Amino acid sequence: MKKAGIIMIIGCLMLLGLFKFPLWNIMLGAPQYPDPLGMNIFIDGIKGVKEFDIQNIDGINHYIGMKKIPKPDQMWEFSVFPIVIGSMVALGVIIGILGVFKKVSPYWFLGWLGVMAVLGILGMQDFNNWLTEYGTDLNPHAIMKMTYPDGTPMTYKPPLFGHQKMLNFNVDSYPAAGAYLMFFGMLLTLVAFFLGIKKSHKKQLL
Amino acid sequence: MKNSIKILILLFSTVGIFSCNKQQDKNNEGQSGALASNAAERVYVAPGEYDEFYAFISGGFSGQLSVYGLPSGRLLKVIPVFSQDPEKAWGYNEETKPMLETSHGFIPWDDAHHPDISQTNGKLDGRWVFINGNNTPRIAKIDLTTFETTEIIEIPNSAGNHSSSFVTENTEYVVAGTRFSVPIPQRDMPIKDYKGNFKGALSFLSVDPESGRMDLKFQIIMPGFDYDLSHPGRGKSHGWFFFSTYNSEEANSLLEVNASQNDKDFIAAINWKKIEEYVNNGGGKKVPAKYAHNIYDDETHTATSTMENEVTVVDPTEVPGAIYLLPTPKSPHGCDVNPTGEYIVGNGKLSADLTVHSFSKMINAIENKKFDGEAYGIPILRFEDVLAGTVKQAGLGPLHTEFDDKGNAYTSFFISSEVVKWKVETQEVIDRQPCYYSVGHVMIPGGNSAHPFGKYVLAMNKITKDRYLPTGPEVTQSAQLYDITGEKMQLLLDFPTIGEPHYAAGIPADIVRENSRKIFKLSENKHKYATISNGDARVERDGNEVHIYMTMIRSHFTPDNIEGVKVGDKVYFHVTNHEQDYDVPHGIAMIGANNSELLIMPGQTETFVWEPKEVGVWPFYCTDFCSALHQEMQGYVRVSPKDSNVPISWSLGE
Repeated sequence: MKKAGIIMIIGCLMLLGLFKFPLWNIMLGAPQYPDPLGMNIFIDGIKGVKEFDIQNIDGINHYIGMKKIPKPDQMWEFSVFPIVIGSMVALGVIIGILGVFKKVSPYWFLGWLGVMAVLGILGMQDFNNWLTEYGTDLNPHAIMKMTYPDGTPMTYKPPLFGHQKMLNFNVDSYPAAGAYLMFFGMLLTLVAFFLGIKKSHKKQLL
Repeated sequence: MKNSIKILILLFSTVGIFSCNKQQDKNNEGQSGALASNAAERVYVAPGEYDEFYAFISGGFSGQLSVYGLPSGRLLKVIPVFSQDPEKAWGYNEETKPMLETSHGFIPWDDAHHPDISQTNGKLDGRWVFINGNNTPRIAKIDLTTFETTEIIEIPNSAGNHSSSFVTENTEYVVAGTRFSVPIPQRDMPIKDYKGNFKGALSFLSVDPESGRMDLKFQIIMPGFDYDLSHPGRGKSHGWFFFSTYNSEEANSLLEVNASQNDKDFIAAINWKKIEEYVNNGGGKKVPAKYAHNIYDDETHTATSTMENEVTVVDPTEVPGAIYLLPTPKSPHGCDVNPTGEYIVGNGKLSADLTVHSFSKMINAIENKKFDGEAYGIPILRFEDVLAGTVKQAGLGPLHTEFDDKGNAYTSFFISSEVVKWKVETQEVIDRQPCYYSVGHVMIPGGNSAHPFGKYVLAMNKITKDRYLPTGPEVTQSAQLYDITGEKMQLLLDFPTIGEPHYAAGIPADIVRENSRKIFKLSENKHKYATISNGDARVERDGNEVHIYMTMIRSHFTPDNIEGVKVGDKVYFHVTNHEQDYDVPHGIAMIGANNSELLIMPGQTETFVWEPKEVGVWPFYCTDFCSALHQEMQGYVRVSPKDSNVPISWSLGE
């Protein structure tokens, strides 16, 4: 259980990467933008990949009536997410320590992972809702009003995951370093669980 | 230069041109057929790909500097230097007008001749290009991060700033040698008393290694010859500068005859380190001299012009051992030093031979005091004692020589219109190729450095006649690109150039490209009249002056409706481009403005003045196609009668 507890702690701590690295990355490339414009989505706000990318994305988006990329204080998520992640890390570390001292069973690790997975799915759901809102709630006085071939107004929701062609832009949306650290951390907590189970089984057999 | 060309044409059209390259021509014909398509491939730069070299080709009498890509010969930019340029508002807007100030007032033109790229340890460092204004003596510095002229300094006591603007191997100095000798200081005196009274000033401008700021450190007051071209020593001859002279006769009339009497003129060899030391120790004399020093600041986006009042002059006789004269046959024009610094090639433009002087022999002769008299106290060395050898009968009218990295030299011959390749050590001719037509300078990238990039030689031709579609009496000048990687040169391409492509400087693109600036940061804009936030856009009246603080971004001006301007007002448009995106400048032009449009880079502020003369509602608009809504980027100014009481007001989107 000692080893499993330590792995649990390490796994949880990897979530701290989210405070430094972006969770998600969306890149917009076009013939006029051989150096694509990009935004990095952090748990506490959105930043341009290059210094003026957000300003330039906003500048392009205003033609089709999209709102400006929100500042941190314009979305509740950016103040709540850091608290949630911070709390989960703290909780996970406590569980891990208790695991080291054999005060809790490995099922607590699994429980933490379950909560984390639910929160993650809710987060993705929320993110997707925001993308949808951002890409469809257009200014009725937009300079350019584009429609799909069937006549319905065009929406500009970036893909949640993967590549999509939007007008002259190629949009790529993928998890970034923070997300990879989180996934790997969560994987470690799963490893910790199985390791813990194996150890306790062995003990029972002995 | 121009005069000498005319003289030569006259001379040789009467004598009859003989050709010494018949045999060679035949060889070339044999080559060109089979390799013609191959030549096209070697200069082809596919769409979206970059050229290998930048070539900065002077615009001659256009007063500008053009930037070409090599080997494609594509024109990339024309940088305004000494001439007003309505495309970029250079010399028209309030910010750059001070750049063209001189002691003679505002001079919006010059004759730009010799660009040279800054060096560190004898290698091109790609930080700045220097270029001389020949007519109203000036030296300009172009910053290669912005490709804009950022400094112009006038040269006093000088006239026809021709043997200029070459740099030493650590860019310690840029030189400005005078072509015309003049009275120093200028005064009212009979021209016929030229001899002995007129003097030639050779100016040394120090360059700050960090900021690049130039400073006229000292002038050497030389005998009244014409100082035609120059090159710095390098390697073993670092610390010396060489200037070719003609008119050692000191004639003042009908120079085509009277300045061609002496069998030998001189190359003046100047130990500038010695003179620098002399000056640093308090030597030289400070004399009054008025000259303008103009500096453009990238943070304020504004130039200032300062009038300087004195200059340090050095009498050569007071620094013994610093200056020697090397006899060189018959009105030498070019004065070119090879990459090792050992050989100084003086081309007598009225001679068929090239003279190659040896630096070590020169030092030896100086040490052994082998002098052959003196001129105004400056020792003359004996021709035979400094001569390394002669390239015999290489062609007609040798002008300029550049060097590759394999010990070969390439000399242009104006009259026989060809480039001749020869071996520096042995002075034997290896190859010759015709030029179309009448070549002046040739350029090898890194030519004025210890490390030439011997891949191409570019010939810059004065005459094109039947080479291109005719365009009336004035047809383009041209440059021709030769591959010099093999034993024989091969003509790959010719392309038209602006003005007179007088001389050029080339550099591998990757030394410069990475440093090229994309935008100016709005947050770093320290322009006195900048409007950093849209909320600050406004219009203010101050007497009969109206100041409009305007911003621009795709695709509108803030404000776009302005009222309260009156006939007789002086209306200043201070316009700030709020874009922070590469390659998105905006323009603004006002109907009836007596200047030009502005072309404002992202993050930059520029100003123009408009003096409305009639009542009405007058439009302004963006001149640079900026976006899908460029045509909509416009606005109006209402102009009321002089005695009207319409208050100043402005709006956007109301």
